[in-house]
Amino acid sequence: MNLLSHVGKFSMLIARTFSKPEKMKIFWRQLMFEIDSLGIGSLGIITIISFFMGAVITIQTSSNIDSAFIPAYTVGFTVRQSMILEFAPTIIALILAGKVGSNIASEIGTMRVSEQIDALEIMGINSASYLILPKITAAVLINPFLVIISMFIGMAGGYIVAWGTGIVTTAEYLYGLEYDFKVFGVYYAIVKTVFFAFIITAIPSYYGYYTKGGSLAVGVSSTKAVVTSSIVILLVNYVLTQLLLI
Amino acid sequence: MIRVEHISKAFNGEQILSDISITYERGKTNLIIGASGSGKSVLTKCTVGLIKPDEGKVFFDDREFTALDNKSRQEIRTEIGMLFQGNALFDSLTIEQNVMFPLQMHTDMKSDEILERVNFCLERVQLTGVNQKYPAEISGGMQKRVALARAISMKPKYLFCDEPNSGLDPQTSIVIDQLISEITKEYDMTTIIVTHDMNSVMEIGDKVIFIHKGQKWWEGNSDSILSTTNKELSDFVFASSVMKRLVDKK
Repeated sequence: MNLLSHVGKFSMLIARTFSKPEKMKIFWRQLMFEIDSLGIGSLGIITIISFFMGAVITIQTSSNIDSAFIPAYTVGFTVRQSMILEFAPTIIALILAGKVGSNIASEIGTMRVSEQIDALEIMGINSASYLILPKITAAVLINPFLVIISMFIGMAGGYIVAWGTGIVTTAEYLYGLEYDFKVFGVYYAIVKTVFFAFIITAIPSYYGYYTKGGSLAVGVSSTKAVVTSSIVILLVNYVLTQLLLI
Repeated sequence: MIRVEHISKAFNGEQILSDISITYERGKTNLIIGASGSGKSVLTKCTVGLIKPDEGKVFFDDREFTALDNKSRQEIRTEIGMLFQGNALFDSLTIEQNVMFPLQMHTDMKSDEILERVNFCLERVQLTGVNQKYPAEISGGMQKRVALARAISMKPKYLFCDEPNSGLDPQTSIVIDQLISEITKEYDMTTIIVTHDMNSVMEIGDKVIFIHKGQKWWEGNSDSILSTTNKELSDFVFASSVMKRLVDKK
């Protein structure tokens, strides 16, 4: 199937998805479930990855600064900038594209091949809206919080390494974190996160929803969902960076 | 009553259904029989709108279903109950939640009224004490009954059953057949059953339609099926030696 056909089918699915839920009470229940599943359920992996990202940036920056003209607080500054501008929003989105994306594609794909989606349609329920809308809404609402948490944990990881190894003093590290701070960087990261949240839920939902065949097809959909989401995240990252920072 | 008129459907150039017209009668069990790949399931899916036919019309009590927009179709679908071949129960919901799902989505009933209706439907299909279990925790026969309970929870006007006996032992098959037949009369529903099972045909087939190579090949009732002179139908019906012996005895 060519790219245009995919884009057309995807657009039609999204149009069906963004329709008024049949029962707000049920939508609310689904939304809370998805916030817990997609958001709270991802906190563990985000904590671990962010901590080590911050720690590694601290060590690498410190070990690459051998000029007396570059101040030591550059380490903290680099950690902050890297975490806020790129690592927290983009790397976390790529990790979630794998974790959440495969989960969504396989869940909806299994529902498709076991006729559960047909059953929803026969009951007169807009299956796209019922299944996909709570996932997209949950991710768009919760992911900015996850990314902000990731920023803090990354910077804390750098601080602990600085304190533990002494490669830079904690005072210099903290000074670097505060140095020339512009809040726009955080806004930029949140805007990116909202776009990425949509991508990592909508694209896997699309692949899951149009799964054809059996369990093997569910696996294929899951793989395609992760690969496509990751590529689209990187493309959108480039476009948004170009638009917002230059 | 459901009427399909001149339905045709092809997939990738291969003609699956050719100009099929059938009237499914109200208060009767209308059975669609035919060999695997003859187009029975595609015909059913075209009728309920899960597959869009290339040509033809479908009427639900004179409402032209094929000409309606999505929203109006969804309204008609609230009057449809369907029993899927693989049951299509929601894995993440308990039996009780599965049966109450259509009621929660489409009615403004209070939770105690919904629960009362759920228990009534489960009792009607002779299932008790399984409300809090998940579909994976009960047998295939019980899953079929839950799916039937869910299908009738909204008191539908039309009931579709796709291979309701597949994967079931003969005794459980008879129970499911009897339940469907009784419920059809009780609710005065238009029931359409897609099946291979000749036992079902003989037991509950008020009207039988034989589909062969994507065409309506024969139409009649279960009594006339045994004396048919139609070669293809005869080959299908008497493929089982049990059926042959039954006729020979008669």
